[in-house]
Amino acid sequence: MKSNSLVPGESTQVFSRANLTYYIYRLVNRPELLIGFFCLLILSFLVLTPLLEIIRDSLSIQSYDLAYRPNAEIGDFTLFHFERVFTGKLSNALFLKPLLNSLAIGVCVTLIGVSVGTLLAWLIVRTNIRFKEIFGILAVVPYMMPSWVLALAWLSIFKNDRIGGSEGMITFFFGIQPPNWVSYGFFPIVICLSLHYYAYGYLLMSGALASVDSELEEAGSICGMNRRQIMWRITVPLLLPALGSAIVLTFIRILGTFGTPALLGLPVRFFTFSTQIYASLNARNSGDAYVLALVLIVLAITCIWINNRVLGVRKSFVTMTGKGFRSREIKLGPWCWPATMCVFLFLAATVFLPLMILLWESLIFTPGDYNFTNLTMEYWIGDGSIDEVYGEPGVFLSDGILSSLWNSCKLGLMAAFFNGIIGLMVGYAVVRGRGTLLSKWLEGIAFAPYIFPSIAFGAIYIGMFSTSWGPIPALYGTFAILVLITVVKNLPFTSRTGISAMLQIDKSLEETARVQGIGWLKRMFRIIVPLSFSGLVSGMLLTFITAMRELSLIILLISPSNMVLTGLIFNYNEQDMTQHSGAVTLLLTLIIIAGSVMARTISGGFALSTLKNG
Amino acid sequence: MISGFNSQACESVKRPMEQIQLTGIRKSYGKETAVQNLDLTVNSGDFLTILGPSGCGKTTTLRAIAGLEEPDEGEIQFGERIIFSRKQGVIIPPENRNVGFIFQSYALWPHMTVEQNITLALKEKKLRRTEVESRLKKALEMVQMEPYRKRYPSELSGGQQQRVAVSRLIALQSTILLMDEPLSNLDAKLRTEMRTELKRLHRELEATTVYVTHDQTEALTLSDIVVVMDRGLVMQWGTPYEIYHHPKNLFVAEFIGDQRVNCFKGTISHQNGQVTLDCGKLILPLNQDLPSNSGKVVATVRPESIEVSNQEKKGWLKVNLSSVQPTGANTILQGSLEENEITLLQPGFIRKGIDEPIWINFNADSFNYFDEETERNLIIRSTV
Repeated sequence: MKSNSLVPGESTQVFSRANLTYYIYRLVNRPELLIGFFCLLILSFLVLTPLLEIIRDSLSIQSYDLAYRPNAEIGDFTLFHFERVFTGKLSNALFLKPLLNSLAIGVCVTLIGVSVGTLLAWLIVRTNIRFKEIFGILAVVPYMMPSWVLALAWLSIFKNDRIGGSEGMITFFFGIQPPNWVSYGFFPIVICLSLHYYAYGYLLMSGALASVDSELEEAGSICGMNRRQIMWRITVPLLLPALGSAIVLTFIRILGTFGTPALLGLPVRFFTFSTQIYASLNARNSGDAYVLALVLIVLAITCIWINNRVLGVRKSFVTMTGKGFRSREIKLGPWCWPATMCVFLFLAATVFLPLMILLWESLIFTPGDYNFTNLTMEYWIGDGSIDEVYGEPGVFLSDGILSSLWNSCKLGLMAAFFNGIIGLMVGYAVVRGRGTLLSKWLEGIAFAPYIFPSIAFGAIYIGMFSTSWGPIPALYGTFAILVLITVVKNLPFTSRTGISAMLQIDKSLEETARVQGIGWLKRMFRIIVPLSFSGLVSGMLLTFITAMRELSLIILLISPSNMVLTGLIFNYNEQDMTQHSGAVTLLLTLIIIAGSVMARTISGGFALSTLKNG
Repeated sequence: MISGFNSQACESVKRPMEQIQLTGIRKSYGKETAVQNLDLTVNSGDFLTILGPSGCGKTTTLRAIAGLEEPDEGEIQFGERIIFSRKQGVIIPPENRNVGFIFQSYALWPHMTVEQNITLALKEKKLRRTEVESRLKKALEMVQMEPYRKRYPSELSGGQQQRVAVSRLIALQSTILLMDEPLSNLDAKLRTEMRTELKRLHRELEATTVYVTHDQTEALTLSDIVVVMDRGLVMQWGTPYEIYHHPKNLFVAEFIGDQRVNCFKGTISHQNGQVTLDCGKLILPLNQDLPSNSGKVVATVRPESIEVSNQEKKGWLKVNLSSVQPTGANTILQGSLEENEITLLQPGFIRKGIDEPIWINFNADSFNYFDEETERNLIIRSTV
């Protein structure tokens, strides 16, 4: 064959048939690349487009703004929202005050919550305190309850005559009106949130504490350090990375939390960032809301960035000694029983007390009357025929409640199912593709929803899915949008469980199947899925719990047609129907706890260990 | 599916023994080159070992043969069949290559019993149930694991897991066996035992075998042919005897051998018909014909090839001992000869203080000589 001077050799032709088959094969040969690419595409759409959407909407004229800018047209570029939020006359009320409130609450709750959680974790993991197993389980229960259960209980006790309606137990039993700062606003919000969020601190820190090798501490004492030196020079530095992430993760969550500040703050017009966003959106002023949401996102990113800058390099400390360590129990001596008592009282106050109060609340006929003669089952099994129950039938007979209950369960199960599958695929693609850019991006994008504060994320999804998007119909008001947003918001957790489950499966287990002639699908179903099953189930359980008790994320997206229990509780409470809100909250909490107990029995005690990952 | 894929490949259940041929294989990860332009032929039925330090490219080569890595360049053939060719765009996926592969970790599926581990692939091939059962039975018999067929891998010892991995391989009846450091996770005693078994297995199955290891004892005891690799290049290719006694270069000389080979740097001088190696204070008499123009030379001699005596003898050299380490059957003696460190290996359990000197004598024939710069052996022998 005559050689062509322009094409020196076959192998240098980029588009030769041989080259083409080579590259196609390389792609087909590595299914993780195809899956990874597919996941990346979908996740980018679900995570990045919202961000771009909200930036665009915050920079353009919305229908609400026409009242102020009659000459402008919807969609025109404008800095109007930024000006109004940051420099305008309303800036103080709209931006500065909620910001300071949010930051103050965030700092206080993080400090209290993480300290309490760490102390509890230390007592339960490292000392000879009694009833460890029971305490260990009880300490996680607040995580399963909606964060605003405590707020409802607080109102039952401390409600005063400020906003009318019935009054709380303090007034009833002692005849005094609790001062406003006790009933509403900053103080009760901090207390209620702290008593909920200590569970996060506990989960993260107990995991870290359990993985600190006692030998490292013993090595210190052999080198002649005393107990205090060992504590400050060895144990604390080893725990710093976990402590850092506990602080940052808790702080970000608190910034985006909605339920408690709404219940305890809105009645006295005490706004946090999240409730301000809610208020703006309720007033159809989405431009302002999006500017505020952007501020929250920037805050969250800054926190994570600082955490990574300060502690990033040390991240590997704790996992390094994952094998063959043993932990020495610290003897509390005479302090053992007092400590046990304190922990018991604390857990009783955060777990049982609020539930008991809600139960009581649901059994009261006339609100505010806590006499035993005033007890009734009307709100549970009544038919709603008497006036005092606002025409609402009891919990077990009300169509609205039952359909919301069904919706809640459906949401939890569907979100768990999809999250499980996506977690598996993302984990597979990230772990098998380690070292490729694709794997890195995918891991990053799967974590991204974490930086969107829940309320802001909900706000974005309204904007994004209020109209149809190419082949995707307008999803606003549908059940699908609740599932979608829950799945996306939970991605950081499920993809993490997926990745850690996949990391435990040695590559050779799949490769040996390959060499033996077993195809990809069969490998997935016979090897990968069974081996990662326990991790998957616990990831799904986590999603189920989160989805069932979620309010901040979906409060903006629910409507009568897709009502879930949490939204219903919020509505009942706004209408001061305390019996109903108490009863439904109790029902919801019991379902969540029952669900997680069931899942845990099915998959054996690893549920706790993944809760720690979250 | 895609042209160039050989769909018939998976039908080859019982094939005659196959030759493996690698031509011009190159593979790099980013900037790091794992294998550079490798040519390798494994004759059918041979047991070939690729030996080298970690990171030398031996595992990459093995995985390329199995299809778990795609080389950047080159061609791989099993017999007449091209299974990989960058030029022709032929790539047969690992699923269709029908090779047996033993991983370092054994790669037993922890959620399946021994039986399921062995039969999963057979069932996937849609073999008749009687056939699956008979293969399973035979494979378990060959490794004496029949009583354990219902056990899970976690209920087996390391050695038993290894046997299951081997029997899984037997049941597949592959004509090519690839093993990636299969013994490195076993303790010393079990390793020796399994080594014997692998050798027996190879003889019985008559399969072409490529064995990768960093342990030179395994390489020397098991192989028909040993390939020594370093930094992606083949350093030497030959029988265990050749590799041990006639290393082609200094790397191979130093890498092979339980005890480090003794090295002496010096210059060759021809005086009065006498050839000597001038190493400063130490003059070693040598009677080999070396190229007279050779400049700086490294001479190596194996510790066991040096004669040792407790008494002073005429012409023998005195060694001041620094350590005496009996290992049971042998004793390792270390000391200094003038300014040089020297290691000696003597049979038997020697009980001796380090304050007593010993005398040694070199046998000129047991030396190898290398050019200090090129590190090549100065005496060229025909290989294989």
